Amino acid sequence: MKLAVQVNEGPYQHQATDSAYHFTKAALEKGHEVFRVFFYHDGVNNGTRLTTPPQDDRNIVNRWVELAEKYDLDLVLCVAAAQRRGLVDDGEAERNGKDATNIAPQFRISGLGQLIEAAIQSDRLVVFGD
Amino acid sequence: MSDIKKFMYLNRRAPYGTIYAWESLEVVLIGAAFDQEVSLMFTDDGVYQLIKGSDTSESDMKNFMPTYRTLGDYGCRHMYVDKASLEARGLTQDDLIEVAWEDFETEEEVDNIVEVVDAEQVATLLAESEVVFSF
Repeated sequence: MKLAVQVNEGPYQHQATDSAYHFTKAALEKGHEVFRVFFYHDGVNNGTRLTTPPQDDRNIVNRWVELAEKYDLDLVLCVAAAQRRGLVDDGEAERNGKDATNIAPQFRISGLGQLIEAAIQSDRLVVFGD
Repeated sequence: MSDIKKFMYLNRRAPYGTIYAWESLEVVLIGAAFDQEVSLMFTDDGVYQLIKGSDTSESDMKNFMPTYRTLGDYGCRHMYVDKASLEARGLTQDDLIEVAWEDFETEEEVDNIVEVVDAEQVATLLAESEVVFSF
């Protein structure tokens, strides 16, 4: 089955992001296709490489990065949500005159059209949040 | 992307207090460009998103609620409101805005696409949807 995943909550604050990760990983391991993981609302905070959790805790951001590396997974942060919350890549830094970037590798910032497209292209859209 | 899917935007949150309602509306507006079959459903505190006469002037919040009135122009064909959620909050359809819709090709017009539906219809409408965006 072809799946699209939407993550609506930030890491550590809310279980949604853990559930989304485990669901996505399990689906990929079972041989399903994950067309895209789209991060919206505070979910965009899953994509900052500056996250530093305590050493005995899971590293939610790195976990996504490793999954993307292994399965060539498309991880997309919504640009409007990212701009509000200070998630910045090279392009955004240049466009908006910011002095730093913080996006993690394997993530990219793009528009809401990517969510709509994923919903159209996939057999199921699975939303994680409250 | 030739196929057209039944999209349902399920709005469960109050318009202010959290950003969900506003960022949900942003998806609806952007999604209009994809020409899908779009409906919205308002349940729980989400019914407050359609309340008449909102005024945010003293809260330093942008009043995005007039945008809902334009959704007919963005290709939204139905805006359903859960009857039980309305009643639980002492509201009726008279408290809600009206949203007009017109098909510019066929000139078909509907004065108000805001429709109060019962629990059974809510369940059926959600089950019939191919994509449910839940906010």
